This record gives sequence, C-alpha cells and structure tokens, in this order.
Amino acid sequence: MSEPLKDFTTVVPFWQPRVTPVELENATDEQLQAMRVTVSNTKIGEYTLVLALDPETLQQRTPLFNGIMYGRGGLSRAETELGAVASSVVNRCIYCAAVHANRYNELTKTETVIGSIFGSIKTAPEDTELDARPTALLDFATKLSKCPPEATKADAERLIENGFSMGEVLDLVLSASLFGWANRLMHVLGDPLPKD
Amino acid sequence: MDIFETVVAKAAGLTSDSPLKGALTLRSDILELTENSHEASLRPIQPGNLTHAERAGLACRMAKRNDEPVLVRHYETLFGVGSQAVANTEFDGGDDARLKAIIRHTDLVTTNPKEATADDITALRSAGLDDVDIVRLSELIAFVSYQVRVVAGLRLMAEVA
Repeated sequence: MSEPLKDFTTVVPFWQPRVTPVELENATDEQLQAMRVTVSNTKIGEYTLVLALDPETLQQRTPLFNGIMYGRGGLSRAETELGAVASSVVNRCIYCAAVHANRYNELTKTETVIGSIFGSIKTAPEDTELDARPTALLDFATKLSKCPPEATKADAERLIENGFSMGEVLDLVLSASLFGWANRLMHVLGDPLPKD
Repeated sequence: MDIFETVVAKAAGLTSDSPLKGALTLRSDILELTENSHEASLRPIQPGNLTHAERAGLACRMAKRNDEPVLVRHYETLFGVGSQAVANTEFDGGDDARLKAIIRHTDLVTTNPKEATADDITALRSAGLDDVDIVRLSELIAFVSYQVRVVAGLRLMAEVA
C-alpha cells in the first residue's frame, strides 16, 4: 500500500478510512436516509459511508455543509473555499486542503494564491505576497482555526476595511468553523493516499 | 426556530435587537442545522456507548481547552452523573482505561488535530471502543470544535458591527 501523503497538494488524494465503513447493501433505513441514497444517487463515497456509522449527526451535517459551502448570496464560492483551505492548513488536513485548494483554483482560474499559501508554510506566513483582501481573509480564518481561537477584533475590523459586508464575514466564520469540524473527521478517521 | 434562542447565538450574547440580525436571518437555515447538530452530538436518541453525561462532560472539557467560559457554563447545564469528573482538565481518566483513552483522544483532537495518527484510532480500539463509537466520539469532538469557532466569530462580528 502507498504511504499517506504528508505534504500539501492540489491534486485530490484518495481517502482511505481507518475505520470500517457501512456496507451500502447492509445499511439501515436511517443510514440510507442520512446518506441521501436515492434511486438516482447510489454512488456514495467512503467518507459518507464512514460517517453513516453515526446517522443522527450525518443527517444534520450534510445539509449544514452544503448550506455553508454552496448557499446563495454572501461570500463568493471562491472565498468560501479559501476559508476552508485556511482551516485545513492549520489542522494539516492534507485531504481537505487539496479538495478545497483545487476548487479555489478552478473557480478563480489562478494558482498563485494557493501556491503562495502552500509555499509559505515552509517559510513564514508573513512572507506571502497576496492582495489585501485575501490576506485579511486568510489571517482571520487562520487565527479563528487555532485552539483556542486567536482571531481578534482588529482582525475582524480588517475584514470590514477590506470591503467585506457583515454577511460575508458571517459566511467566512461559518466556512472556517465548518472545517474545524471537517478536518477533525477527515484527518483523524482516514489517510490521504496518492491516486494512481 | 427562533435563531436568537440557539445555543450559539445565546453564547455569543446576541439578542433580537442585534445589528447582526439581517445577516443572521439570511443564514437562519444554518443556525437551525447547527442547533440540530448540537442535539445530535450531545443528546442523541441512540448514544451508543457514549452516554449523554459523558458527552456533556467532554464538551465542557473541550470548551475549557478553547478558553470559552460561556460554553463551559452551557455544557454544565447538561451535566449528568460523572460529567463533572470528565470535564475536570486535571483528571485524565484515572484507573478507567476506556475513559482514559477517550479523554486523551478528545484533548489531542481538540487542541492539536494535526498530530493525530492511525495509532490514536488503534489506541481507542484497544481501550474497547468499536468503530461506531469511534465515529460518534469523533463527531462530538468535531461538532464542539465547530461550535466554539462560530461563537467566537459571532462575538467578534458583534464587536465591529
């Protein structure tokens, strides 16, 4: 078996669970409902099959996740993805960071922001040369993702100064916080393996 | 559901006259699902081998690790028999190998998730947890980690609104 990936990448890895997932053919009605299995939707990922072991939380978590990441209005899709990346870098969740860095690059048609984030990890965050708005976003989301959270009033003010509406700040709080949740599942319950 | 009656809004000190009302109302679905997730994580219908009292104690402990005194007090209101000991950050589980493994894992994943490895899952299994309980515990830790950040973020938003 290949070794788990240790370095950040924008190539989405395969996620290898460390616990035994639900087998779709043996799933209970509650598990099927929580996984949103329907006649037209029978391709269920390993991650969902693992979380279906606890269907009560999965039932709430899936619409929560979709609402935060894909809800209408508020923060742009790309900046919502950047909040997810910031958390995933703090928590070193290689899988989540890859998925959401990849989506950010697709949405923005640029690789410089992610390249700067991943590149700066080996040096220092202040060495990144990004525009003021993504810098304010990344600083806030990174500090909020620490334990205990380190974001301050000054960090929130900097978001407002850089043109974030209150609705956009809320969406950033939700995106970074959501990945405080997602990272603690993906990074703890499985390994990111190279897809080959 | 009244969004100002949710655990996160109350913990952040938000009331219906808050200047954040507009932004929060647009995301009322998220606040409702956050509240439902709180119930599913803390007081599930099927708690498995992780009792409601243990969950409340662990959530309180996590709130302490995050310097979040308002949520500490909230979780204290959910305490049952044994929660107090689990919530005490000086307590490591003592002679109870199962509880000791649960507490060790909770502290690790709460404060420093990047250090968690496959060996930590093996350690939980060795202490008698099955895979379902491991996922239940993981969801609890992950949910509270989300919740403390939402509360911290809402509080900062109220300061700059």
